Amino acid sequence: MEAVLELRDVSKHYPGHRAVHRVSLAVEAGAFYSILGPSGCGKTSTLRMIAGFDEPTSGEILLRGNPIQNLRPYQRPINTVFQRYALFPHLTVRGNVEFGLKRRGETDYDAKVDEALEMVELTGKESRMPAQLSGGEQQRVALARSLVLTPEVLLLDEPLSALDPNLRKSVRLELKALQRRTGITFVFITHDQEEALSLSDRIAVMNKGEVEQIGTPHEIYLHPTTPFVAGFLGAVNWIDGGKAGVRPEATRIGRVAPEGDVRILQARVSHSVFLGNCVHVETVTALGGRIVAEVAADGYREGDAVYVWWRSADELRFGS
Amino acid sequence: MNRLRTWFLAPARTLNFVFFLVPLAIILAYSLMSRGIYGGVEMPWTFESYQRLFDPLYGGILMRSFAISLLSTVLCLVLGYPLALFIARSGARRNLYLNLVMLPFWTSFLVRTYAWMFLLRDTGLINTVLLAMGVIREPLPLLYNDGAVVLGLVYGYLPFMVLPLYTTLERLDKSLFEAAADLGARPFVAFVQVMLPLSMPGIRAGSILVFISCIGAYLTPDLLGGSKTIMIGNVVQNQFTGARDWPFGAACSLVLMALVMILLKLFLRKGEDQLL
Repeated sequence: MEAVLELRDVSKHYPGHRAVHRVSLAVEAGAFYSILGPSGCGKTSTLRMIAGFDEPTSGEILLRGNPIQNLRPYQRPINTVFQRYALFPHLTVRGNVEFGLKRRGETDYDAKVDEALEMVELTGKESRMPAQLSGGEQQRVALARSLVLTPEVLLLDEPLSALDPNLRKSVRLELKALQRRTGITFVFITHDQEEALSLSDRIAVMNKGEVEQIGTPHEIYLHPTTPFVAGFLGAVNWIDGGKAGVRPEATRIGRVAPEGDVRILQARVSHSVFLGNCVHVETVTALGGRIVAEVAADGYREGDAVYVWWRSADELRFGS
Repeated sequence: MNRLRTWFLAPARTLNFVFFLVPLAIILAYSLMSRGIYGGVEMPWTFESYQRLFDPLYGGILMRSFAISLLSTVLCLVLGYPLALFIARSGARRNLYLNLVMLPFWTSFLVRTYAWMFLLRDTGLINTVLLAMGVIREPLPLLYNDGAVVLGLVYGYLPFMVLPLYTTLERLDKSLFEAAADLGARPFVAFVQVMLPLSMPGIRAGSILVFISCIGAYLTPDLLGGSKTIMIGNVVQNQFTGARDWPFGAACSLVLMALVMILLKLFLRKGEDQLL
């Protein structure tokens, strides 16, 4: 597939601080691409350089093969959905959505605006002011305002974080459906691994200004290449002095040692955590390591002598 | 709760009544009385002072006062907006800059106006320097004209424009301008379409403060203006001092007040006029 957006060795250095360091990534046309990482990892700085709000210290940003790092934001066919939406408070919903079309000098844009508003299910609310809308509606205006311009790339800066948790999951599905329907390339910035895993075609995991790993959700969850990626994407039982790990859901527990090609450790149950859909039984091994096993129903008490085991194939190995 | 409110508001209400409404009533009464020979007012009641206001002489002075005040307000806006924006965007230094804007208030307005006279007069600093450098042969007529008055007013009331503008601009979300640029607006278009409309509350508040201060000014035109540059404030002042015509002075000030209030009513948006 053709890369619509490419970053080559992009860095953003401040005195005494490397916000982004030598980030390279390629986003395929029509992809839902996530940049995932904890706060302060450089993901927002990366987005700001792609949008053109900040200039890279070094490196190249290419759009369909053409360098764009010297273009101003208003010259780039890239649009942004801001974290807090940044809707123009003095303009109506329609005024916000037609803003970009007017700037392009288009005159016959009413149909486009209607279509965009219909797409985000805001038909009938054209003359409302942003302050009269709920958080979810404001977010949809922000989406419509950008999508109506059919950008080459749509940047989304943690667009779900300002919504209340109940709304987040349904909006997540809508977002994915919207991306598929429009075919627009999405670059989605998030610190929420569940969001990234459920939405993305590809994920770039960032840490301390650098990209740690790029891959499909499958790859980075099941085959993380660094301990950071393994730990950031889900719970890990660290084994072999931190050189390897195994996920709790791949860890089995029992009172009788199993047969077969598995690694087995003797352990004692320290306590259990009920998580609703499952139970995490926490154990301490003979060597003092902590191993958590995910089970469907709790049958263990504190101090029980147990075996914990897993298949070697389920181990996450990082290469020492 | 309501009783508490009544008690806490009582001092302010009393002050307003004794020192604002009562004097206003006195002024109204004076304006309807006859002029005393040595100042003061006498019976009988008369509308004569108001009739005299229709003299084209005073209409001219009023028009001129409005024109000078309007020009000064516009200049304050043009000079104050970039300054307020600069301060709002200057991070940790903004308190320093705000204090610098307010620094002139630490000395008397009268002293500062005299300082302008020393700068502007024929033997003042500007003319002396220019003459010595050979740029001019004759001193420039910098003082005692409309230009000097406008300069003095702009200088004196610029902080009244900067402070409300700063308050409005400082609160504006920076991402709005990034959003405008992101959606294809060049800097000038983003300014006109987004920043300017959103700074209207500050523009209106600053303009009102400056305009009202200018329209009532008498010190600045008195010291910096020529014999022709009389503003309505000077007329009022003169009636209570030299001319000893209190009823006419009272009538002038009431009419001025009424005109300013009508103008503000037109200028302010619905809701904002509750400030009046």
